[in-house]
Amino acid sequence: MSVIFSTMSRLFFVLMLVASIYMLFRGHNEPGGGFIGGLFAALAFALLALADSVAAARKALIVHPVVLIGCGLFLAFLSGLPGLFSDGSFLTHWWAELGSTHLGTATIFDIGVFMVVIGGVLALVFRFYEGVEQ
Amino acid sequence: MFDTLLLWPVILPLAGAALAAALHAFPAVQRQVALTTMVLTFGASLFLVDAVMEGAILTKAFGGWMPPFGIVFVADRFSAAMVVISSLLALCALVFAMGDLRQRQVRSGFYPLFLGLMIGVNGAFLTGDIFNLYVWFEVMLIATLGLITLDRTRAQIDGAIKYAVLNLFSTILFLMAVGLLYGATGTLNMADLAVVLPQTEPSAALTLTAMMFLLAFGIKAGFFPMFFWLPASYHTASIIVSAVFAGLLTKVGVYALFRVFTLLFEVDNGTLKPLIAVIAAGTMLFGVFGAAIQWDVRRILSFHIISQIGYIMLGLAVATPLALAGAVFYIIHHIVVKANLFFVAGAIHRATGSFDLRKSGGLMKASPLLAVLFAIPALSLAGIPPLSGFWAKFMVVDASFQGEAAWLAAVALFVGLLTIFSMSKIWIEAFWKEHPRAVRARPVPAVMLVPIAALGIITLAIGFNPEPLVAFSNLAAESMGDRTQLIGAFYGGEHTAGVTP
Repeated sequence: MSVIFSTMSRLFFVLMLVASIYMLFRGHNEPGGGFIGGLFAALAFALLALADSVAAARKALIVHPVVLIGCGLFLAFLSGLPGLFSDGSFLTHWWAELGSTHLGTATIFDIGVFMVVIGGVLALVFRFYEGVEQ
Repeated sequence: MFDTLLLWPVILPLAGAALAAALHAFPAVQRQVALTTMVLTFGASLFLVDAVMEGAILTKAFGGWMPPFGIVFVADRFSAAMVVISSLLALCALVFAMGDLRQRQVRSGFYPLFLGLMIGVNGAFLTGDIFNLYVWFEVMLIATLGLITLDRTRAQIDGAIKYAVLNLFSTILFLMAVGLLYGATGTLNMADLAVVLPQTEPSAALTLTAMMFLLAFGIKAGFFPMFFWLPASYHTASIIVSAVFAGLLTKVGVYALFRVFTLLFEVDNGTLKPLIAVIAAGTMLFGVFGAAIQWDVRRILSFHIISQIGYIMLGLAVATPLALAGAVFYIIHHIVVKANLFFVAGAIHRATGSFDLRKSGGLMKASPLLAVLFAIPALSLAGIPPLSGFWAKFMVVDASFQGEAAWLAAVALFVGLLTIFSMSKIWIEAFWKEHPRAVRARPVPAVMLVPIAALGIITLAIGFNPEPLVAFSNLAAESMGDRTQLIGAFYGGEHTAGVTP
């Protein structure tokens, strides 16, 4: 890989991760959300894998993509539980006003989706890139 | 918490699948998680069936959105029974897996995918929204593809592609049918559809919708002439996976057909009835003929799934309450027996080292217990009294005689005869005959025999005491056939007109 591509990819990696988190929280009231944010973040890691190596990208991700899917799914599951206590319905979300910010358990669900998407896309992408590298 | 009963059979496997995936690095813990989850799910499903036994229909809207706008779950006797029997089967499969699953398969994600499949299956049984049903079909499809390709062999990928192509075609048809239905009625809630559809003018779009539902679910259920994906893919998967597929997947398609064609569309009017009758007869005949020329145990059993689906369709083709009751009985009997036969095939493979009947043999002497355990589901499948299959066949054949469809009854009886031929082929080749290479059969571990025995005992129990299940099937068919009950569960008895465009 060229030095320029490799160096720039580090920069873009960070930028895309920041953008992905911005997208995740923007989705609360505007276009965006866990799915799109997750795609952004997965793209960042995919770029790293392409510029450097899949091993480096896996190292940057720390956990195995499947573990990320599991944790995200479990987070989404947990976010559905409060509804069972308030009106006996799964996925009815709780809301609270903290000053001018609007807080809700729906955000936890979105973070879960975010993680599932990163894990799902990367499980696929890493496997493909490894196939190419071999 | 009483009214949340019908959520647990779906959200427990969801939590289990998530945990099992998160514990990717610890196969032993994954197994504990999966077993605990399925025990809890089975327990929850028993509570559910207990709650609906008296005829109550439970409903639950997600996120507090009221029907027909929110997505609802609904449980009546039929769906609760399906959830119980599929959870039980999944539990048996996990116990069987303790003896048969390889490390490599666990690393490929067996446990999360398996629990993911159960989310889809239970969700499909419990949903009261036709678009949501499509979502559960997709969940099942994804998990299924992962489970087929667990070993990543060439044959499995080949099987998975055949499976994927036809099933994707089927889900797309399903989605288009849902779109057309929404265009014609403006609602997707099944109870609301049952209110709106009788008031809607019959149109070409609605007829097309009905045909597309029939075709889409028909592919899923393995109808003649769309069944060929089934024997082409099921035998490539590992035997636990095949057993669960054999027990559950086609039955979800059948379940969806029964729901759509009792609640939304009438089988009785127009061309649908003779069409379904021909499909049912064709499915029975071609399934059993296909089985006759096979030598691989798994292929024989796969073809028999198809022929048995034909019997269940017979119930829908005749469409009297008696026939529907027969079909409900048949589905429950079939799930237990067919999965059990696949488990036995797994045990034969373990003992003789081959699924090919020509290369196996000598099991009668080596493992008489296995021989007995095979005989129970095999004879039951063929419909020998007093096993469960006899009563199931008796009910549908009796219903077709009473429903003036004697030719269907004749086909059913003829196919029953051929089923005996197939089962005796397995019996003679694997059990009676000496092993061709005079190899001593290996012992089968107890964890593999326990689920086989448990399902065998259920078969015997149904066979010797069919009364409770027959009564239950009659009640289930009655509440399935009477759409006012379901509508009443949603709208508190008063018939509010749905949202018409």
